[in-house]
Amino acid sequence: MRNIESAKRFTAAFFEREEDLIAGAAEARIAGFEVYDVYTPYPVHGMDRAVALPPSRLTWIAFLAGALGLVFGLTLQVWTSAYDWPLNVGGKPFNSFPLFIPVTFELTVLFSGLIAIGVLFARNRMWLFSKRRVFERVTDDRFVLVLKQSDASFDIDQAGRLFARHNAINVVEGDQFV
Amino acid sequence: MAVQAREIKEAEQQPATFEIAHPVYSKLRSPLILGHKSNAEVTRDICQLLDPKPGRGWWISLSISFVLLAIGVVATVHTVTTGIGTWGLNRTVGWAFDITNFVFWIGIGHAGTFISAILFLFNQKWRTSVNRSAEAMTLIAVMCAGLFPIIHMGRPWLFYWVLPYPNTRGTLWVNFRSPLLWDFFAISTYFTISAVFWYLGLVPDLATARDRTKSKLRKTLYRVMSLGWNGSNRTWSRHETVYTVLAALATPLVVSVHSIVSFDFATSLIPGWHSTIFPPYFVAGAVFSGFAMVMTLMILVRRLMHLEDYITPQHLENMCKVALLTGSIVGLAYVTEIFTGFYSGNPNEIFVIINRGLGPYAWAYWIMFGCNALVSQLFWFKKLRTSIPAIFVISILINIGMWFERFVIIVTSLHRDFLPSSWAMYTPTITEVGLLVGSFGLFFTCFLLFLRIFPVISINEVKGVLGYAKH
Repeated sequence: MRNIESAKRFTAAFFEREEDLIAGAAEARIAGFEVYDVYTPYPVHGMDRAVALPPSRLTWIAFLAGALGLVFGLTLQVWTSAYDWPLNVGGKPFNSFPLFIPVTFELTVLFSGLIAIGVLFARNRMWLFSKRRVFERVTDDRFVLVLKQSDASFDIDQAGRLFARHNAINVVEGDQFV
Repeated sequence: MAVQAREIKEAEQQPATFEIAHPVYSKLRSPLILGHKSNAEVTRDICQLLDPKPGRGWWISLSISFVLLAIGVVATVHTVTTGIGTWGLNRTVGWAFDITNFVFWIGIGHAGTFISAILFLFNQKWRTSVNRSAEAMTLIAVMCAGLFPIIHMGRPWLFYWVLPYPNTRGTLWVNFRSPLLWDFFAISTYFTISAVFWYLGLVPDLATARDRTKSKLRKTLYRVMSLGWNGSNRTWSRHETVYTVLAALATPLVVSVHSIVSFDFATSLIPGWHSTIFPPYFVAGAVFSGFAMVMTLMILVRRLMHLEDYITPQHLENMCKVALLTGSIVGLAYVTEIFTGFYSGNPNEIFVIINRGLGPYAWAYWIMFGCNALVSQLFWFKKLRTSIPAIFVISILINIGMWFERFVIIVTSLHRDFLPSSWAMYTPTITEVGLLVGSFGLFFTCFLLFLRIFPVISINEVKGVLGYAKH
């Protein structure tokens, strides 16, 4: 994820229900805690807003990749069919633009999809031999809120009370979780 | 520092004013997943299908599929080593069984993308129980489809010649004006995008399987394939974004693929093929046949793998409704074809229409008409839509009907040439039948392996819809 070498300590609270997690995370953020990240077994809707996560820019990547595919597809077809070696096929014009639309469309989709997913994996640092740690049961039925103890003002008691108010079932502290 | 402390104190005293943006569903709706499952129960139910040794039923099914596949391999080897002359094609009927099978399998694939992408964009929550296996079905069906044109090339080891790559033949480029080349681009793009879309949805579930399995081999496999997924909300957020983008890309893609397949026929000048109705007619037919296949498979899967709580009669009923709609469009297209044939005033067109219904292949035409246009109308009755044996029988009839549709379109248009001296009949040889049987063998072999290796139901998406009718 991000560089956690410089990070000091983290506090992780475990919840059983997504409602508790959303409310807990939102309150922690409003109270001035630094929410490091949240871990859930499925995408929880409303979570991005609760932790004020800006929308992903990957849609723009996909759009630009699609535009690249479009330009590539059209250039390839026009150049090969009309300039590099024009062949007379059934008397059709060399630069027969309408007939180039299907392949252009397919290449647009192909570029957009493959580049978007490639960038997604790169951005998430997901790869075959990833050694990233996983909280227990978070891929099953646990919801975890991780706060970063960013400086000395971090009040562990206050955080503990906040967690308890939202029905946290367990709270752990550690140097490096993820 | 003091100011900050006071702010924190104030915030602590006040209860969180943050409003939970949670989807509120109608109380009138019935739950999508039966049995009041908790998240942990969903994980357990789906993951426990993976770990134990496969039962006898699975081994028997796999053995049968393997035998069918072996028949296909023998037929392929015979075709490739001897030549296309082993098939029943002749100078009049140059396309028959192979292209029928190709269009049939490509059509089957369309339901998977329809369920995974189009229903996702329309926010149809019920798709979560069936999208994983429907998408797997798509991938396997497209593989089966792709084999036929490649074998038909005669020298399949040279199939890469359809790629526009710099070559030593002066760089002779491919003909970008040919619908057959569009086909190659459409199908390879379709397969690639479907595969990454499927895999992207699978990654979080592979992580769930990784954290649960006891088997060392499986743990390693899932660890590698889940790419270090740990459920972080930042990754979820991006994952959802890209998933939506891929759904938005796959939606026009699936329409384009069967439209382009129909161009193979529609851009020619053969009566019965040269028709502007073909693209929408083919796309509707593809979704129709695909849903029939999904229903056949889902009925078997829910029964054999005890997934009755996840794939409920409600899911099957929804799929029946889609089949009813698309089946009616197909029926309308059949009638429209007859109308436009006569309306054209073109004697060749009129002859093809009469020859289809009353000529030597009339039996195939009426199987097609009966199984597709008429049998699908049975889904108007709620009793039949909700009876699982009835759905099973109807879905198989539709599969048969849709195979015959492609056979009718291809063979009846070709066998009566413009020149009556060229008129011919077509009968498949045993090699061609072997290839068809082999493609079913490949399909079921791959599908059975999928059932054992990957979570059959999208665990994370099902967890997201558990609250569908609770609020």
